[in-house]
Amino acid sequence: MKKLIALTINQKKYELAVNPGMSLLDLLREELNLMGAKEGCGIGECGACTVLLDGKAVSSCVMLAVEADGCEITTIEGLETEDGMHPIQKAFVEHGAVQCGFCTPGMVLSAKGLLDKNPNPSEQEIRTAISGNLCRCTGYQKIVEAIKSVSERK
Amino acid sequence: MVIPEFNYQQPATLKEFLEIRNELQNKAVILAGGTDLIVNMKKGLIKPENVISLKGIKEPLLNSTGLENGVVRIGACVTADQLSCSESICGALGAVPEGAASLGSPLIRNRATVGGNIINARPAADLIPSLIACDAMVILESISGKRELPLDGFVTGPGQTLLQDNELLLNIEIKVPSPGSGSAYIKLGTRRALEISLVNVASFINIDSPDGTVADARIVLGAVGPAPLRAKKAEQSLIGQKPGEELFKKAGEIAAGECTPIDDFRGSAEYRCDMVEVLTVRTLKKAVQEAEKNN
Repeated sequence: MKKLIALTINQKKYELAVNPGMSLLDLLREELNLMGAKEGCGIGECGACTVLLDGKAVSSCVMLAVEADGCEITTIEGLETEDGMHPIQKAFVEHGAVQCGFCTPGMVLSAKGLLDKNPNPSEQEIRTAISGNLCRCTGYQKIVEAIKSVSERK
Repeated sequence: MVIPEFNYQQPATLKEFLEIRNELQNKAVILAGGTDLIVNMKKGLIKPENVISLKGIKEPLLNSTGLENGVVRIGACVTADQLSCSESICGALGAVPEGAASLGSPLIRNRATVGGNIINARPAADLIPSLIACDAMVILESISGKRELPLDGFVTGPGQTLLQDNELLLNIEIKVPSPGSGSAYIKLGTRRALEISLVNVASFINIDSPDGTVADARIVLGAVGPAPLRAKKAEQSLIGQKPGEELFKKAGEIAAGECTPIDDFRGSAEYRCDMVEVLTVRTLKKAVQEAEKNN
């Protein structure tokens, strides 16, 4: 039986009927057409499906949509404003931290989760914050530099 | 990946939860953070008919940490992330946040709960060794009331605990250790994040202040047996002795003889025994440094 949930996604309120077995990731991608979060491994090991749940980065593939009832979700689509890309997104572009792009939404959101809590993280704290997000292209260095540049800019 | 169908319930109170749990017994699984449960359901390893979620229960005993009358209380639904930076759990209990910070990745730690880590009872669990080393008690509740058990002995094998089918692990309690105590946890894996321990060790030590000898010690070894285990002979070898390199080395050798690891693709049993020795020495050294600070 479907369950009714009410949640906020990218500052927009939704009331939805969801199947209890649906993951938060499937709700975002298949019901709401928010394709930013990706399915990589599907078992919480790669970070491609990262979203912010009440400000904290989580793997949306191992969370049931029904458990997001009452929560505030931010996906990569929620970062850009009328003024353009979010500073973290800009930094990723400027530092060449985007290559194939599959990990990028997750990386950016893990970085946002960190910087919102700790605006001046050490390199070690940056590396720890993205340690659940796998990137097979960049070797991580450019991603770390991009995140560092945002923290320095503030 | 598709999750097989199940009946989902989200009780709003603890009482309601315990009634449902009592009615469904082993026909239901409990959902807390879901970072193990959902993965196991996706992989088809378990196919529960009923899932009872803890999300709706607004019960401070279940959802928060606190310090009262010399007892630290950790709610079973506290996340590993919250535990890794909790103000009431530090100093002599430092092994506990160290364990919490080693679990999975930040993405997992933001969802995974202390209760989940204990009840899933994996031999390589990151939180159990530290909690046993710090002499934690588990508080279980059912419709018939509460019972309290030492965490040491609560986990009986892979995925097996003494939790009954009508019970909930409500919280964990730890008595604040006496002055001169310290603890440490070290996890050995081949990568730094999202790793299942090859070996993990947690040690607790209490130094008697007048003569500086070891008054109490607990050494817990993870991933080297069906459940985290106490190295009791190694602990005994420390009591009444002055802490030091030689003494710890001896204790490490004894601990290596007390574990029963298996050979698998992560590492050989022989390697694991050797690493038990090394990590026992390192955690004891770190625990003593902490104990000296807390004296």
